Amino acid sequence: MRLTKLLIIVCSFFLSTNALAEKITVAAAADLKFAMDEIVTGFNKNHSDVVVEVIYGSSGKFFTQIQQGAPFDLYFSADIAYPRALAKKGLAASDVTPYAVGRIVLWSNSMDTTHMTLASLADPRITKIAIANPKHAPYGKRAEEALRAGKMWDTVQSKLVFGENIAHTAQFVQTGNAQIGIIALSLVLNPELSKKGGYYLIPDTLHLPLEQAYIITKHGADKLLAKQFAQYMTSKETRRIMTRYGFVLPGEK
Amino acid sequence: MILTESDLQAIWLTVRLATVVTVILLLVGTPVAWWLARSRSRLKGMIGAVVALPLVLPPSVLGFYLLLAMGPNGPVGHLTRALGLGNLPFTFWGLALASVFYSLPFMVQPLQNVFESIGDRPLEVAATLGASRLDAFFSVVLPLSRRGFMTASILTFAHTVGEFGVVLMIGGNIPGVTRVASVQIYDHVEALEYASAHRMAAIMLLFSFLTLLALYAWRADNGKRS
Repeated sequence: MRLTKLLIIVCSFFLSTNALAEKITVAAAADLKFAMDEIVTGFNKNHSDVVVEVIYGSSGKFFTQIQQGAPFDLYFSADIAYPRALAKKGLAASDVTPYAVGRIVLWSNSMDTTHMTLASLADPRITKIAIANPKHAPYGKRAEEALRAGKMWDTVQSKLVFGENIAHTAQFVQTGNAQIGIIALSLVLNPELSKKGGYYLIPDTLHLPLEQAYIITKHGADKLLAKQFAQYMTSKETRRIMTRYGFVLPGEK
Repeated sequence: MILTESDLQAIWLTVRLATVVTVILLLVGTPVAWWLARSRSRLKGMIGAVVALPLVLPPSVLGFYLLLAMGPNGPVGHLTRALGLGNLPFTFWGLALASVFYSLPFMVQPLQNVFESIGDRPLEVAATLGASRLDAFFSVVLPLSRRGFMTASILTFAHTVGEFGVVLMIGGNIPGVTRVASVQIYDHVEALEYASAHRMAAIMLLFSFLTLLALYAWRADNGKRS
C-alpha cells in the first residue's frame, strides 16, 4: 500500500513538471543573453500564463540542430545567412525577419580600453586576446575581418584564444584569463560587465555588418504563441531594450 | 582518408597530451594508489573519495573551478606566476594539469586494486630476506603488478584522448596548443564540415574500440595463464 502511494507521488511529480501552461522554446544567439531575458520578462507581463523558454548558444550550432529536428519554435541568429538557408530548405514558417545589427567592441576586465584602438593590441603586455571562433561564430568572423582590415591580424594571431560562442569569449575576458577580447557590444552593456571600465567601439567600416534575423521554425508553425512573440519583437518596449543593449535596429541608423 | 594539416596537428597534439598525462600520473598515481592500498589511516576513505570525484563530477564543474583557480586571481595562478611559469589557462601545460585531475581515478583505481590483491605476504618475505621497503617495492611489487600498470596506463591514455568538456572550458581552442582532436571534431561539426568531422570521428571511434579490444583480449589471455 505504501508503495502505491509512493508511486502516485512520484508520478504526479513528473506530471506536474509538464505544466499545462502554453510554452514556446526560443533558440537565441549568445549575444542576446541579457537583452532577451528582459524582452521575455516584458512579454510575460502581458502573457502571464505562458512560458517562453530561451536557450542561448552559437547560431551555427542551432542551425545544425534545427535541421536535425530540434524542438525550437523561434530561432534568433546572429548571422542572417543561417535563417535564410533554413528558409531555403523549407524549415521556416515565417519570413526571415531582420531584428538588429550587432556591433563589436574591445573590452577588458583589467585595462582601460576607452582610449585604445585595434593597434593597441600590439602592446607586449597583452599576451592573450579572446575572440569568438571565426570558423563558425558570426562575431568571430567579424572580429577577424576587423583585425585584418586594421592590418593587425598577423601581429596578434599568436595571441588569440577562441571562445565557442560570444558569451564564452566574454567569460574568458571577465575571468581575466585573457587580458582583452573582442566581444559583442550587447554583452558589454549589461550591468554585470559594464561595471568594469569602458570599451572601445570598433568602427563598423572595418567589417561586414552583423545582420541578425529570426524565423519562426517549421516546428513552431502552428503555435499562436510563437507568432505573438515574433509580433512583440516590433513593440516599442522591445525596441527600447534592444537599443539600450547597443543594437542598431532595422530602419534606423 | 585525407586529413588536413590541422587535423593531423590536432591528432598529434592529442597523442602528446595523453602521453604526458599518462607519464605524470604513473609518477603521481603510483604512490597514491600504494598508500590507499596499504594504509589503515582514517583519512583513507576521504582520499579515496577525492580521487574518485572526477568519475562523477560534470566536466563543467571541473572546468569552471580550474579556470578560476588557474586564472590570474586564483590560487594556482598566483603560484604559477610566482614560480615564473605564467598563467596556465590556454596553454599545453594547463591542459595537462587539468587532464591529470580528470584522469586521476583511471590511473589510481586499477593500481590500488592490483596492490591490494598482492597482499602482505610477498612483502613480509622480502623483509625477512633483508630487503628495504623501497627495494621490496621495486623488486617484488612492481613485477607482480605489471598487469595493473598496463591496464591503468591504457585507461588513462584513452580517457585523456576522450576528454572534451574541460578542454573546451580552459583550452581556448588554440591550434597546436590546446585544439585537441575532440575539439577539432566539434569545430568541424559547428562549421557544418560534416565530411571532415566524419573522418576524424571515425578515427577516434576506431582508436577507442581497438584500444579497449586490445586491453580486454590481453586481460583474458593473461587471466588464462595466471
